[in-house]
Amino acid sequence: MTVTSDAVWTTEDVKVCGVAVRLRKRGAGPPLLVLHHDIGTLESLPFYESLAQRFTVHLPSHPGYDGSERPAWLRSTRDVAVMYQALVAFLELGPVNLVGLGFGGWIAAEMATMSPQAFRRVVLVGAMGIKPARGEILDQALLSYIAYARAGFEDQHAFDRLYGADPPTPQLEQWDLNREMTFRIAWKPYMYNPALPHLLQGVRSRTLVVWGRADQVVPLECGEEYARAIPGSRLSVVEKSGHFVDMEQPDALVKLISEFAAGS
Amino acid sequence: MHLMYFTEQPMSAYPEQAGKDFGATALMFSNKHFDPVAGSRLYNEYIEHYKLAEEVGFDGIMLNEHHNAPFCMQAKCNVFASILAALTTRVKLVLLGNPLPLADNPVRLAEELAMIDMISRGRLVSGFVRGGGQEQLAAGVNPAYNRERFEEAHELIVRAWTHTGPFRWEGTHYQHRVVNPWAVPLQKPHPRVWIPGVLSKETIIWAARQRYPYIALSTAIDATKKIWELYDSVAAEAGYTAGPENRGYLQRCHVAETEEKAMANARQFMWMQGEFTGLAHPVWSTPSGYFSPSYRKAFVEFAVGRGANPRAASFEDQIRNQQIIAGTPKTVIPKLRRLLEETRPSIVGFWASDGFVSNADAITCLKLLGQEVLPAVREMGKELKLLSPFEAEAPVSIRESKGPAPAAA
Repeated sequence: MTVTSDAVWTTEDVKVCGVAVRLRKRGAGPPLLVLHHDIGTLESLPFYESLAQRFTVHLPSHPGYDGSERPAWLRSTRDVAVMYQALVAFLELGPVNLVGLGFGGWIAAEMATMSPQAFRRVVLVGAMGIKPARGEILDQALLSYIAYARAGFEDQHAFDRLYGADPPTPQLEQWDLNREMTFRIAWKPYMYNPALPHLLQGVRSRTLVVWGRADQVVPLECGEEYARAIPGSRLSVVEKSGHFVDMEQPDALVKLISEFAAGS
Repeated sequence: MHLMYFTEQPMSAYPEQAGKDFGATALMFSNKHFDPVAGSRLYNEYIEHYKLAEEVGFDGIMLNEHHNAPFCMQAKCNVFASILAALTTRVKLVLLGNPLPLADNPVRLAEELAMIDMISRGRLVSGFVRGGGQEQLAAGVNPAYNRERFEEAHELIVRAWTHTGPFRWEGTHYQHRVVNPWAVPLQKPHPRVWIPGVLSKETIIWAARQRYPYIALSTAIDATKKIWELYDSVAAEAGYTAGPENRGYLQRCHVAETEEKAMANARQFMWMQGEFTGLAHPVWSTPSGYFSPSYRKAFVEFAVGRGANPRAASFEDQIRNQQIIAGTPKTVIPKLRRLLEETRPSIVGFWASDGFVSNADAITCLKLLGQEVLPAVREMGKELKLLSPFEAEAPVSIRESKGPAPAAA
């Protein structure tokens, strides 16, 4: 394990099931595991900074994404969830708070089905994983890297502020690597597990479902289905946000998470 | 030499402007623009061209397949191979080829190919390809596992051809409880396998390791020479000396009664807006995981309109570097000689017409090729000692390199 740190973030490579997973850590307070989107994540976001004032934020890069090793054998999203169970055990985080964003929300939902009571709180934000009954989950295979990332924002200025109006080539290459890994683990059926709505009925962790009102990537109906399927959960819809609630309305999302985590 | 006739079977009745307006002529370009009445006419014209190709003296007919696009009407090369197995008597049926990763059941492919080999009385050459980028999407096949599926399907097919069944197959992408096809190839140890390609170094290396002839698809002469440098060095590592029998080339070559007419018709090689697989959508043609990681930067830049298409060149450039040859037989023959002298292939495919070239002109082109060009090329081949795999009795693969050359059983 190698550990480096700047003033605020600690970065280390943790071996999980033989795979070097890049784990970044920051803040103080109860542990909170954040699982990122299919496009990966920027190194720093107001969302993370704000969360770190209340929690010890653990931000792993999924295997095959953003500098984590790509295991040739990893071929399903559910297996990523199993790896993260191993990571939580290895880090001895105890009953951790779990926040899953988009594709990371699907992984978090799978984790919740595997160990129904293990998580202190589960927050699923615009989570993939359930097949929409009416709409469709946006197919990134048909869109350019930039067009797909932009589709996750209702306000295009928010994209411009974070990525630049014309993101540089290294960002495109990283998006391509991340997309390739997404294809490796979520190609067919694309972005859902037909068994998940059934398995979610067994979840006993307290769960909050959050959705951007203008999510063009995963239809809001999937949020309604998550809330129906998970016992005791509820859906909170964030106005003026597309799929990337964490990047478009970070304050609103941090408030929802903090209040939900603070509850008894 | 082995001289083949090739056409993409263009769907020349599609509305060209609709493709330009849509901005792509692939994958999502609606099939409402496909006209089955014209399709029926064109398929039957192409069958007549193939019969004529045999008549005028070609050694082989090269077939291929593509999906969701007007540039090629063959959705299944085994269908045309089956038809030609019965309609022709002499020409080799050279499939370049079946896109293996698109197959969910390679054993079925092995059966189809064995049937074609038997019906044609041992005239099958069974090439394999990876399929185009957008075709992975058209078939719903994971582009990130394209090469894995290609290699595993190939292993399974060759095994089904060469090992008596029943046997079991537990692979990464294919699992079969029982492999025991009651159709096996007539040619022993199995039909020849040739591998076409245009860009991927990995494919050249793979073909050379298998000792399969590689067919360079209309690359410029300098690029073709680099392909052979790489192929030859891999061959040497694998323990054999590669020669003309390992080298094939697909040449776009249109001939007519006059230079002017030939040049006008040759412009139709650009009918798909300059790319021979059609006006590609930069994202669909290069799905993540499909291309070699060494091209990642070039393709991500292409995908957002930042870089030039790594595969496109202008008509004038392609005429200049002989990727396209056009003229009367008298003027094309010296150009073909340059190709043969500089790159030394023993297998040459003549991609004779494309796009909106009329049926009459396509037929004239075939006749002129047969009467004047092929005999001259054969003479050059003898002089330059360009022996085809058949003439050289080359082994069918590296695995079979100590065994006999394939022959009808």
